[in-house]
Amino acid sequence: MKKAFTKTVNQITSFLPILIGIILLIGLLQRSVLRLFYLSIFHKNPLIDPVIGAALGSILAGHPITSYILGGEFLKQGVSLIAVLAFLVSWVTVGITQLPVEIIYFGRRFALIRNTLSFVFAILVAITTAFLLKII
Amino acid sequence: MKRGGIYFLAAVLLIHIVVGIIDYDYLISSLRFSFRLSVRIGPVIISVFFLIFITNYLITPDLIKKHLGQEAGIRRWLIAIGSGAISTGPIFLWYPILKRLHNGGVSYGFLATFLYCRAIKPPLFPLLVVYFGLKLTLILTAVMICYSIIIGVIFEINRL
Repeated sequence: MKKAFTKTVNQITSFLPILIGIILLIGLLQRSVLRLFYLSIFHKNPLIDPVIGAALGSILAGHPITSYILGGEFLKQGVSLIAVLAFLVSWVTVGITQLPVEIIYFGRRFALIRNTLSFVFAILVAITTAFLLKII
Repeated sequence: MKRGGIYFLAAVLLIHIVVGIIDYDYLISSLRFSFRLSVRIGPVIISVFFLIFITNYLITPDLIKKHLGQEAGIRRWLIAIGSGAISTGPIFLWYPILKRLHNGGVSYGFLATFLYCRAIKPPLFPLLVVYFGLKLTLILTAVMICYSIIIGVIFEINRL
């Protein structure tokens, strides 16, 4: 119990400053700058936006809570659901920043194939989810 | 506490100070927005932290290592999915454990499924529901489980 508590406190204390920073940053950028950022990255193109979403999620790293908050704000600003879902999924499944470490442990072949497949699957998961959401 | 987070927060606060000097009204409006956002997600974040604690208490790397290393057939796939979903902590901390499992005979297919399922975060479901709704959360989870199996099978079939 104590070990789990300590581990949780460590996780929270290391993540909390980032969470507070992200919330403050969203507040600061929400009105005009963030909207311009969305519009400059996403083009409301149903084919390209999911790829951009997945690419953005692959590059960025951090706790998934951050991706949910950012994804939620993307959605509010009019970014397509498929692009947002691709962003959320690739945030955790694709790890560009961790790639060198993954290569050290599992070899170049496994790491590159897994990350490439995860990138493609992030887009497929997004498309499948959006499709099922419509028909169910 | 990791310093990166502190530096990030310090940089954000510094930006706020600069913005406040340039346009005080804009800063106040921004802080109000951040406050409203905090009030909206605050209770959910607290429940998320509680669920993370429960997961940390019930699930340990040793437990996952034991089951993923011993089980076979469909049970092993289910263990790979379940343990990937409930595993916590930074991914790079799992690499040495997964490497040992692979050296002990666990194929890359199961490890790929495990790694993919780390995107499913049951302790974070409350926040996902708040932002995207229960229906989407459930569908997304189900779809991700299906694709995690596909990625594992691709590795198994091609002996990657």
